[in-house]
Amino acid sequence: QKVSVEVLDHLEHLALVDFRDSEGVERLQKAIQFADQLHEVNTEGVEPMDSVLEDRWCLYLREDDVTEGNCTKELLENAREKVEEYFVAPPGNIPLPKLEERETFLQGS
Amino acid sequence: CFWRRFQVSAALKEGHVTPTELCQRCLALIRSTRFLNAYITIAEESALKQAEASEERYKRGQPLGVLDGIPVAVKDNFNTAGIETTCASNMLRGYISPYNATVVQKLLDQGAVLLGKTNLDEFAMGSGSTDGVFGPVRNPWSYSRQYKEKSVPKSHSEDKESNWVITGGSSGGSAAAVSSFTCFAALGSDTGGSTRNPAAHCGVVGLKPTYGLISRHGLIPLVNSMDVPGILTRCVDDAAVVLGSLAGHDPKDSTTIQDNFKPFELPNLTDVSKLSIGIPKEYHAPGLSSEILALWSKAADLFQNAGAKVVEVSLPHTRYSIVCYHVLCTAEVASNMARFDGLEYGHRSDMNESTESMYAATRREGFNDVVRGRILSGNYFLLKQNYEKYFIKAQKVRRLIADDFMRVFRSGVDVLLTPTTLSDAAPYVEFIKEDNRTRSAQDDILTQAANMAGLPAINVPTALSERGLPVGLQFIGRSFQEQQLLTVAKWFEKQVQFPMIQLEEVERHNHGVFQDQKSTSFS
Repeated sequence: QKVSVEVLDHLEHLALVDFRDSEGVERLQKAIQFADQLHEVNTEGVEPMDSVLEDRWCLYLREDDVTEGNCTKELLENAREKVEEYFVAPPGNIPLPKLEERETFLQGS
Repeated sequence: CFWRRFQVSAALKEGHVTPTELCQRCLALIRSTRFLNAYITIAEESALKQAEASEERYKRGQPLGVLDGIPVAVKDNFNTAGIETTCASNMLRGYISPYNATVVQKLLDQGAVLLGKTNLDEFAMGSGSTDGVFGPVRNPWSYSRQYKEKSVPKSHSEDKESNWVITGGSSGGSAAAVSSFTCFAALGSDTGGSTRNPAAHCGVVGLKPTYGLISRHGLIPLVNSMDVPGILTRCVDDAAVVLGSLAGHDPKDSTTIQDNFKPFELPNLTDVSKLSIGIPKEYHAPGLSSEILALWSKAADLFQNAGAKVVEVSLPHTRYSIVCYHVLCTAEVASNMARFDGLEYGHRSDMNESTESMYAATRREGFNDVVRGRILSGNYFLLKQNYEKYFIKAQKVRRLIADDFMRVFRSGVDVLLTPTTLSDAAPYVEFIKEDNRTRSAQDDILTQAANMAGLPAINVPTALSERGLPVGLQFIGRSFQEQQLLTVAKWFEKQVQFPMIQLEEVERHNHGVFQDQKSTSFS
């Protein structure tokens, strides 16, 4: 089954890789087709496996003590836009352009 | 033909060669083999400083250990403090790590000399080391006498440029670096075979340790539940030495087991009669070259004739391992790549209208198609309406794959013997005819399942193909039984006597101290 435009739109909001051109969609279709082979396997009664180490240990928690930090300077060094000790982001809460307003090929479909 | 193992460590200790001489020799060789494109960054200054410090220690008679003064290289997806770490991606171009990955720190603490960062497929996604922004890595064997003798010359000048073969991937740079003698050991990573595959194509030992044995702290993650740091060396003993210095619990990586790890030396096994070798029939995969099939068969006979018990076994879910991997990998990638948004580090687009449009533009500009494709697919499989159908389903299939192995090991098999790759290294021009996903699906088929189950596995170079290129065989062991696995691998290595690469550049740099002895290992 083909991926609908709505799903593709939704995916782009989640993935944010701007891969909504025909090549990207083609790739996705192929990937889904490939993954569909999984359904040939009978997994009745089988528990999903999160980790190969499930028998060996329980994910442990350590004491909530500060053991490292004070590296603000080093961490800020790799950021392009910053002000004092803040990373600077463009305004949020502005959704990506609506379907109708987009310049991608999707407009045509 | 037989190669002698020259003890470089002993040479350093006895003063036959100094760490700075060794370092300079390797740096010079790196320069002469630039055309291989194995290195992204060469840390010449810091390497020489490390070598000098090592020299001081040797002078005082206080070397830190067997690795002191030994030149090593590290795949460029490991963080290295003060040195650019790019993952062969535009996303991290110019990113200078503020810290060392635990494994890097451990090597440095032992006195190893870090020569540089090696090339890979972008973000370790690929099986050719052809899809990074710094270009593809060339297999050193492309320029070996052994390969040149076997290739049909079209015209002399055309040959060198168009005939070269790939290293395999994604740790191709590391494999090429070790194969061309520019370093004695290199770190790679292994998520679906990324250490063993290039090891096979480049004729070096590639070890994938048990998941949980070596810290992943500082290894830029691809698939958290499968990634492991990989070790590439020219002989099994060296791999054991490096393993010894890297393994063990790391409080910074909660997926490392807490058990105490004891470094081991490998015995020289002479009696294999108590050994049970399993031959999984499903690894006779479609597309397996008749050459490799014959070698695999010959290897099985070798064990049998030496008295070992060789049995055919079945891992029925093998053929679903690639599909399972495809879903789990893309899902984890979708999650892991979410951190690259241009705000804290890495590339940032000039697009500034909104957070989302900046993120989208940054990621479009920073990631190649392969990465973006996987992120998109991963997000699809993780959608609420698909989660059960794909992600959970894949996790269930994963358990079936892991159980297959458990069943076989419980039946008394000690170690499995399989091919590592379907064929010898393909010429680059052939390889790029298919896309990355197709290639990965084809090439990972023999290596991927070990990552699914978290088991240790090792490629041992076995013989040269008809084209004069390396072919390796793979041993898969039980969880955390690296000692047994490596002992068997070492025995096999001794039996097959894999030939040394005859590379002009290596021979040119090898006179003086080493004279007619080629130092292939350091332990």
